[in-house]
Amino acid sequence: MPEQYDVIVVGAGPGGTACAYKCAENGLNVLLIERGEYPGSKNVMGGILYRKQTEEIIPEFWKDAPLERTVVEQRFWLLDKESMVSMGYKSKEWGQEPFNNFTVLRAHFDPWFAKKAVEKGVTLINETVVLDCILENGKVVGVRTDRPDGDLYANVVVLADGVNSLLAKSLGFHKEFKPDEVALTAMEVLNMPKGKINDRFGLEGNEGCSVEIFGDGTKGELGTAFLYTNKDSINIGVGTTLSGMIRSKIKPYELLEYVKNHPMIRPYIEGGEPVEYLAHLIPEGGFHSIPKLVGNGVLVIGDAAQLVNAIHREGSNMAMASGKMASEAIVKAKAKNDFSEAALDSYRTSIYDSFIGQDLKKYKDLTHTFENNPQYMNEYIPLMNKAANTFFSIDGTTKWEKQAAIMKSFTEGRGKLGVAKDIYKAWKVMK
Amino acid sequence: MAKPMTIEEKMYLIRYKADKKSHLTILDHQECLINCDDKICTIFCPGEVYKWEGDASRMFVGYEACHECGSCRIGCPNDNIKWEYPKGGHGIVFRLA
Repeated sequence: MPEQYDVIVVGAGPGGTACAYKCAENGLNVLLIERGEYPGSKNVMGGILYRKQTEEIIPEFWKDAPLERTVVEQRFWLLDKESMVSMGYKSKEWGQEPFNNFTVLRAHFDPWFAKKAVEKGVTLINETVVLDCILENGKVVGVRTDRPDGDLYANVVVLADGVNSLLAKSLGFHKEFKPDEVALTAMEVLNMPKGKINDRFGLEGNEGCSVEIFGDGTKGELGTAFLYTNKDSINIGVGTTLSGMIRSKIKPYELLEYVKNHPMIRPYIEGGEPVEYLAHLIPEGGFHSIPKLVGNGVLVIGDAAQLVNAIHREGSNMAMASGKMASEAIVKAKAKNDFSEAALDSYRTSIYDSFIGQDLKKYKDLTHTFENNPQYMNEYIPLMNKAANTFFSIDGTTKWEKQAAIMKSFTEGRGKLGVAKDIYKAWKVMK
Repeated sequence: MAKPMTIEEKMYLIRYKADKKSHLTILDHQECLINCDDKICTIFCPGEVYKWEGDASRMFVGYEACHECGSCRIGCPNDNIKWEYPKGGHGIVFRLA
């Protein structure tokens, strides 16, 4: 008799573990399969974990979880070659319970999260690749692993296998993603003493700061660079659409070095000791790239389902929320002992009705608009820098003249109509 | 300006548990030679896994340094790379972020 589970979850990232945790909490017999040496060993994220969706899995997780810092300040830098326009928001309230978000290191957080699932009764096996879904009469009934005699059976298989979901693709849930549907990000962890980080970023105690960087950091390609403060290290990274990297023939690690040596960034990281170099794809196709989410005996969650809001750097939270919604559909299906596509379909409607579907819908044309209109990154950001320079330089010119010069600089290249069109286009995809 | 770190220096920071067998396969080396002018995988790969050896007209695949990001599978203009996951527990092992 082969091993039979209620649920097999493929991938012990935040989404898979959240789903496994909630299923086990509801009395289901769950197997969680991880291909890495341990959960988190194959995963990369910039490092921001939102409180809300994590709390919905484990209440008050911050009292126990291996978190780095509590983010109290979010900065945005619009970067030109030797200048930047900077904005941000800092709040002491974010430094107190219930908090807004945290910086985390995935290889520390994920094993902790998976351990919590195991405590709920989940069986976790590491170092195991799922090669295929096992199909019987058009229904997924289990998975074939790369272990000897590695076939395992379940009523429902949850695909939480990340951006490279070969399994969802093999089921025909989506075609191969295109280079403009994914972003390639390279990052480094730089060790730095806690006191130095606090001095440089104006932080106290365990407060953290996150910086999102637009413009010259990606040499005008659609993408962002970022700086996140950990306890005694800094995550620095940069990514653009893969299509952008291909078009401009950028080597990701050279772009990362460019960012590290940028005169606006270097002073924050100077002296930091590189301790790890990481690269990863982020599924950034948005609403239009969401694959088929439900089949007979199978659900797709998290990155595997392209559930990422690139504009708001939300991904892990969407993975966790989708994992929880998947568990709710599975629990309902179990009560009726019906694991057909129709019985599991409440997962799909939950996703589209929730903040995930709604937010991705809101920005459904955003990536492609910015991808096809590089002027936003490589013309307007330098112009904003020039405008700030003009405005803040006291040189005997009247403010009227300055404003006129700024307006002229904006319309010179693209024309008044061109600028008006660009503003309308940007408003349309953001509204 | 500090001297930029090279990819070789970055690779020293990474822990790998390489399998003996490659999980990345060039399906047709002639395809790279004839139908791919810029050999773009040799540029965008974050681990510099792909190196074009002109003398041998062959794409060399240093799979041991692979980050398993999937870019080469998606970015190869000729769909000429067979991309699989390394055997369970093998490949890159991220320790931090």
